[in-house]
Amino acid sequence: MRILCCVKRVPITGGKMVLTEDEQALQTRHLGFTISPHEECGVEEAVRIVEAGGGEVVVLALGPAEAAEQLRECMALGADRAIHLESEEEWDAQATAGAIVEAIRAEAAPFDLIVFGNESADTGNYQVGIRVAYALSLPVVTGLKGLTLAEGRARCEQEVANGRDIYDVPLPAVVTVKEGLNLPRYPSVPAKLRANRKPVDLKPVVPPAARLQKLRLVVPEGQGKQAEVLGSGPEAAPEVIRVLQKLGVA
Amino acid sequence: MTVLVFVEANDELSLQAVTLARSLGGELHGISVGAVDAPVDVLHVAQIEGSYAPGAWAAAITQLIDRLAPAAVVAPGSDRGNEVLAHVAARLDLPMAANVTDVRGDELTRQRWGGSLFEEARIESGLKLLSAAPFAFAPSDNVVETKVETFVPDLAPADTVVRVVDVVSTSTGGVSLADAKVVVSGGRGVGSSEGFAILEELAALLGGAVGCSRVVTSAGWRPHADQVGQTGTKVSPDLYIACGISGATQHIAGCKGAKALLAINDDPEATIFAHADYAVIGDLHEIVPAITAELRKVRGT
Ligand SMILES: Cc1cc2nc3c(=O)[nH]c(=O)nc-3n(C[C@H](O)[C@H](O)[C@H](O)COP(=O)(O)OP(=O)(O)OC[C@H]3O[C@@H](n4cnc5c(N)ncnc54)[C@H](O)[C@@H]3O)c2cc1C
Ligand SMILES: Nc1ncnc2c1ncn2[C@@H]1O[C@H](COP(=O)(O)O)[C@@H](O)[C@H]1O
Repeated sequence: MRILCCVKRVPITGGKMVLTEDEQALQTRHLGFTISPHEECGVEEAVRIVEAGGGEVVVLALGPAEAAEQLRECMALGADRAIHLESEEEWDAQATAGAIVEAIRAEAAPFDLIVFGNESADTGNYQVGIRVAYALSLPVVTGLKGLTLAEGRARCEQEVANGRDIYDVPLPAVVTVKEGLNLPRYPSVPAKLRANRKPVDLKPVVPPAARLQKLRLVVPEGQGKQAEVLGSGPEAAPEVIRVLQKLGVA
Repeated sequence: MTVLVFVEANDELSLQAVTLARSLGGELHGISVGAVDAPVDVLHVAQIEGSYAPGAWAAAITQLIDRLAPAAVVAPGSDRGNEVLAHVAARLDLPMAANVTDVRGDELTRQRWGGSLFEEARIESGLKLLSAAPFAFAPSDNVVETKVETFVPDLAPADTVVRVVDVVSTSTGGVSLADAKVVVSGGRGVGSSEGFAILEELAALLGGAVGCSRVVTSAGWRPHADQVGQTGTKVSPDLYIACGISGATQHIAGCKGAKALLAINDDPEATIFAHADYAVIGDLHEIVPAITAELRKVRGT
């Protein structure tokens, strides 16, 4: 089984969104970076499949030079090698899908399963995986919370109100996954060391003109309410009850 | 000018999409699979056999686009709304803007980071594909005379390769997190899986549900189904009680729909207080049981 997982480097924004002066990006000087929890579950799932049945897990990121950190983290989770499409620019979803498709076509052998997050953590476009599937004429199931592979088919579980919808599609296929699919492991120190020696295929790429073009970012109002302090410690309990009564939930 | 709106079902998010679509002007056409009630001028009911198949629904919409040449297609900001619209975008190789909150000609505002940040963008396309950000628009309560037409889309075998083949019920019978009137939610400050007992007790007393932060699910203290936030469940209770939660934007993205937020935290500088209506400062392990005891006292139980 050959599996590709696509991951995107994003900042860990913490308690507050702060923009750069030109309003084009988040101020990230003091922030750490990660990938979406959805994508992390995607990588974990792929690694488990290959651990159980053999094969190869490849991780792909389109992003700046520093996205190498996220690729290394994915390889510490168990991915075998990485493709880094390097660009400092922000790409729209349509262009991102195009670049990923090109990278997949450039591979020596096709993938049996291509895994995306249901939506990227920062831009949340809900579409890159679906676009890649169409370009490659593959079936695509979105928002998975459960995946079982058997006999060349994928049984996919999607969460809906009060239950799960089940899909059953032939491989090769594209899936987009959500956090909760599994509980990703914490990489061990030896796994991190091994990750440093795994191969990364670095390709510089240049974005086409964006068709959904970011003009500027805006931080929504409403960060900075003045909370009414009901008290400190357990002595505040009677005040809390008064609030519960006022809200009609006591 | 014609605008087409995808009416997924008789639900709130679809009516919100109708509001956005209506605001774009022109004649409003709707498309649904099976009959729905929606205040559109013309409703095209696509007749598609069998269960949900995103490719088939997208094929129906693209065929209607060919016929009507609309200036925009608007979808609800639901899982299926975004999914079907992305299929349409892929079929037509057109840009798509998800979770839009405002449209001004070729410019629009959309949500990033689950609504914690806005992006103003220009969409370069004669046909704009837009999904309406959930709860950014009031549901349309227009009363209009709707002309209903049915049509049978041409489907290729590939359109139905992906289709729901089974439905499994997972309802536990308890109060679901998404629908609870009160959510008692715990973060790292709760300290352990066992630590949640005091939150469960209070939630049970209030007829509510227990929620948690991502730190808690990553540590394995609670299942992911309990996680509130950008990559968890979005809740809109009358009261959200955040215990030992710092207030990261990704957590707030899931609970900002609450009518009121009470934060219990031992750090007076915690960000959560900037999102809270009510604050209690101190150790949640003392405060939560005290609230439970006081509630029992006033109820006389
Ligand atoms: C792309 C992305 C998506 C994410 N999605 C989600 C999501 O869906 N949901 C989510 O929750 N997070 C999400 N996160 C993680 C998020 O950024 C934070 O890391 C997380 O919400 C922090 O959880 P916490 O508040 O429990 O922990 P912390 O940030 O560690 O805060 C713990 C708080 O508890 C207080 N405390 C400690 N002890 C006590 C005590 N005894 N009594 C009272 N207070 C105490 C501390 O003062 C502190 O404020 C996401 C992150 C990323 C990057
Ligand atoms: N720059 C990128 N590099 C690699 N994968 C990406 C990138 N952008 C998006 N993706 C993948 O596509 C998924 C959906 O993204 P989106 O359509 O932007 O919400 C993400 O969860 C990733 O798996």
